[in-house]
Amino acid sequence: MTVVASAKSSRFPLAALSAAVLLTACAPAPRSAEDPLEPVNRAVHGFNLAADRFVLRPAAVVSGPVMQSPVGTAVSNFSDNLGTPQAAVNHLLQARFADATHSAWRFAVNSTIGLAGLFDPATVMGLEERDTDFGETLHSWGMGEGPFVMLPLKGPSNARDALGEVVDVFTDPLDNVLSDGQQEVATGAWVLSKVGDRARYLETVDSILYGSADSYAQTRLMYQQNRRFELGQEAGDDAFIDPYEDADSN
Amino acid sequence: MRSSIRMKTLTATDPRRRALLAGGAVFAGLMLAGAPVMAFDVNSARSLIDRAIADVNGIIASGKGEAAMLRDFEGIFARYADVNAIARSALGPTARSLSAPQLAAFTEAFRVYIARKYGRRFREFIGGQIEVTGAKPIKSYFEVSSIARLRGQSPFDLRWQVSDRSGKPLFFNIIIEGINMLATERAEIGAMFDRRRGDLNLLIQDLKSI
Repeated sequence: MTVVASAKSSRFPLAALSAAVLLTACAPAPRSAEDPLEPVNRAVHGFNLAADRFVLRPAAVVSGPVMQSPVGTAVSNFSDNLGTPQAAVNHLLQARFADATHSAWRFAVNSTIGLAGLFDPATVMGLEERDTDFGETLHSWGMGEGPFVMLPLKGPSNARDALGEVVDVFTDPLDNVLSDGQQEVATGAWVLSKVGDRARYLETVDSILYGSADSYAQTRLMYQQNRRFELGQEAGDDAFIDPYEDADSN
Repeated sequence: MRSSIRMKTLTATDPRRRALLAGGAVFAGLMLAGAPVMAFDVNSARSLIDRAIADVNGIIASGKGEAAMLRDFEGIFARYADVNAIARSALGPTARSLSAPQLAAFTEAFRVYIARKYGRRFREFIGGQIEVTGAKPIKSYFEVSSIARLRGQSPFDLRWQVSDRSGKPLFFNIIIEGINMLATERAEIGAMFDRRRGDLNLLIQDLKSI
């Protein structure tokens, strides 16, 4: 009897201890397990919000009418066109040869008939934009997305896609073709096109950044879901939310 | 006189009246029996979203002011969405601990909040058009896919999840380019609730004024 009793009493604190360990391990974990960089990310998000509030958003409000006019569309087309060779290279790296050919033709058409990309006749001809990046190439090679990362100024990303962006910056095929002056024009057009995007989606972006109770959580969730959708990752069973699951108990 | 015979009203004993009554009873019986037999299938899910989208397209083409449009969008949620299920899901496990009147008050506030929030986004579709492209069964529900074509933008993917668990076919989720309404609202309502230190009445009051 004493043996059994002591065995019981010794097992109980062990169970309690392991439960306590599990609880302390899990209590703050549900968030940080999927977002281990959350404290840093939130700080960067705070900085990005300030940059938006004081620089990007005012620029978008002021230039909005111009950026949404044909002038703004031309600037945006021009910038998009300069990104097309990079997309074609990534299509090749992903072994998507039809898309690579498609992008190459798109670039050829818009650079010539489209007057250096100011206009987009290619879309009308059925050569619509098929955007991609090195992050998607890494995905096609089997790399997982890694932890969520909030990049300064660039916004939400993940470890894989942030790496992809760095690679894209340093491997742009146009770098070897354009002069320094031309590259400055390209960068300027890119910045303006981003201002134009902010102007076009002014209310939607405002509602997320300034209208939500936790803009960081909303930005993270929306980015992750949208990026996985872009990459054609079918939402798994765990992504499906069944609002009827506990309807019967109510 | 001959015409008066022909025009004679049907009396209680007239066989024609009895036949009419019997026919009416059979017809009513068929209607009653027929209603529950009508199966909820992929076509009824699709037709629900067809009607909802026709209404959305009608509203965005109406050119009304913002306030009037938002009221119209509230009507769309009331008619085509299972707001009870969406509200309960957005509140998460907290919903289970509420009394029936508390849950009803929250649901009513959520109905206003969700219709205005999504109504404002739909309002940006002015000049655009949404088109249903397909429907398929997925497990316990149906997914209806549609494409939104807006001026000067690449078309985007809009999916509607439809169920008849409420007793009739209604949509319970919208997925815009992969972004899931139930998931974002669960996160958002959770954050609002935390910010108000779990004060449900304050949450209900604020939801109505957003």
